[in-house]
Amino acid sequence: MTGLKRTLIENARVIDPDSGFDGHAGVLFDQSGILDLGPHVTASAAPSAHDVIDADGLALMPGLIDLRVSIGEPGAEHRETLKSAGRAAAAGGVTTMVVQPGTNPVIDDASLVDFIRRRAVERTKVHVLIAAALTHGLRGKELSEIGLLNEAGAAYFSNGDASIADSRVLRRALSYATAFNAWIAHRPEDPWLADGAVMTDGELAMRMGLAGQPAIGERIMLERDLALVELTGGRLIVDMISTADGLEPLRRARAKGLNVAVTASVHHLALNQLEVVGYRTFAKLTPPLRTEEDRMALVEALKEGVIDIIVSGHDPRPAEDKRLPFAEAAPGASALETLLPGALNLYHSGLCDLMTVLRALTINPARLLGLPQGRLARGAPADIILVDLDKPFRFDSAMMQSKCKNSPFDGKLLQGQVKRTIVGGETAHVTP
Amino acid sequence: MSRVEAEALIARAFAFLPYVETSVKKLDTLRGRTVINMFFEASTRTQSSFEIAGKRMSADVMNMAVRSSSLSKGETLIDTAVTLNAMAPDVLIIRHAASGAAALLARKVGCAVVNAGDGSHEHPTQALLDAAAIVEALGSVEGITIAICGDVLHSRVARSNVQLLTMLGARVRLIGPPTLVPAMAARWGCEVFHDMRAGLKGVDVVMMLRLQSERMQGSFIPSPREFFWFYGLDEDKLRFAKPNALVMHPGPMNRGVEIDSEIADNQDISLIERQVRLGVAVRMAVLEALTTQGEPP
Repeated sequence: MTGLKRTLIENARVIDPDSGFDGHAGVLFDQSGILDLGPHVTASAAPSAHDVIDADGLALMPGLIDLRVSIGEPGAEHRETLKSAGRAAAAGGVTTMVVQPGTNPVIDDASLVDFIRRRAVERTKVHVLIAAALTHGLRGKELSEIGLLNEAGAAYFSNGDASIADSRVLRRALSYATAFNAWIAHRPEDPWLADGAVMTDGELAMRMGLAGQPAIGERIMLERDLALVELTGGRLIVDMISTADGLEPLRRARAKGLNVAVTASVHHLALNQLEVVGYRTFAKLTPPLRTEEDRMALVEALKEGVIDIIVSGHDPRPAEDKRLPFAEAAPGASALETLLPGALNLYHSGLCDLMTVLRALTINPARLLGLPQGRLARGAPADIILVDLDKPFRFDSAMMQSKCKNSPFDGKLLQGQVKRTIVGGETAHVTP
Repeated sequence: MSRVEAEALIARAFAFLPYVETSVKKLDTLRGRTVINMFFEASTRTQSSFEIAGKRMSADVMNMAVRSSSLSKGETLIDTAVTLNAMAPDVLIIRHAASGAAALLARKVGCAVVNAGDGSHEHPTQALLDAAAIVEALGSVEGITIAICGDVLHSRVARSNVQLLTMLGARVRLIGPPTLVPAMAARWGCEVFHDMRAGLKGVDVVMMLRLQSERMQGSFIPSPREFFWFYGLDEDKLRFAKPNALVMHPGPMNRGVEIDSEIADNQDISLIERQVRLGVAVRMAVLEALTTQGEPP
């Protein structure tokens, strides 16, 4: 490495969810990591810095770690490539993202993990980790080579959007994966109750003449999944919980000390099913947006620590997949760029304190995967974002960096804008 | 079977060993006795082993061909056995795919019944010959550490060996993926390992098992190549065992799945051929014990 470039950011409101520090301070770093941080770090005290940035009171926090990002590389590059996803991530303050296995071909072979890892390094500065497929072709029948995929560097294993109907398969998967200390992400959704459903079940679905899936479908599957975790001693990531009903078995699982991590998407924390009124397909998601009661219950669960991690659930869909009758439109939202402002909505509306929200976006996902980033400390990777926490703006999806502009936040007033994103000590994005 | 009985049978087997290794002399121990092999599952070594054992002692050995028997005409297992029993054989040797088949049969017939392997349950003569092979190579089973590796869940060889070897004073470890070596197996008095290298540390004898695909519903492991990478015995993993560790396999072997060809064929460390040789001797001892008062040859 030819000469490390030292950068100093001073005059910032440094927020580190790991240590709980929130105060006026500066950070000194280079490409190798964070060298020093604290109130004593100022331009005058660090003459060796090549670059000095006056944060002018902006919030300085660890770059976000997004555990659930779907892209179209390989196989559907028109939706999103590693390069475009990297740009969207950097714009959204996401410095580490975990891509999902539902590509074409499905990432169920060690050589594909390797391929994506190498490609990612070439195409984007953002750290790319890979969730490998739990079953061959994500068909939910035969276990993929979990051991070999793990050795190739898979961050965790997932069956994608499809839940596994065959309990025996999930049981064996959970059991087998314990030999490698691997985490398995599973969508808690009863596949038959959800079959053909396009939104959540209830009065609104009935009125709109659309097929809905009942909230209990989540609880039913969760009960089964958690029982299997207890039986096998396996490690489960509950992939995007969305209902109040699903929280009760989770609380019991926590009390029992089971190895369970729980994620929720920013959409289910910030929005409810009313977004689909008018047949807005940009609000068609899986799992579907639920009632306001569900949303409030999820926020409470986040505060309680029952929900550990907030994900974007990034799922880019081009216009031709969305400009269809509601039932035929593809579900999904392009969300890397709305992860932070969407999550900050909870803080700005007074529902949740700032540290809890930020913890779920940084140190919690970092701890789950054993990553050194997600925190501001000497020696940690220099993955840093500068954020104007309070700046209000109207979100315009046309300005998105992602290849696809399908966001239910389009046109909404949000607060919180990423001003600068630094990955590995180098600036990856600056908002003009 | 008690420890004393097991040790006695093993000792008898060594006495019979010369008669296995040279085919000159024949014993009269079982002259006039009828031994019937009822093998409902494919078998090379066990069936031939029992047949040769019986013939070396001058027994009349009959191999019942299951496919052409009335069983293929719908006769039940019990009816066939009872019919044969009426012809007063001395010993019925049964191998069957169902766990418990031997016990079921033993209740219905008047002659001696030998379990040559019932489903995933037991294979007593295999365990005896395995123990004999260890005694022959190391002098005793007492105090040695043995690792049984692979598909323990479906293996009758594993179950019988765990029982016998712990009875004879060995320390037994079970190594394999969690789906084939459940943590519950620790209740058998063994140490369970899912990391093969860790499990092989300080081991005197490594016993490899075949993946019993014919007994599996659905997939327990992702692929044979992953199984071999993490749980197959190769040079790299064997290095973690004691320097002169010995290797055993009940057979048949799937080379490249649970065991590397080079190791299987390495005469210095592999006891596989000895196991087969001792198998005949052990079965001679068993047949003798079941039919006579046990006069020395």
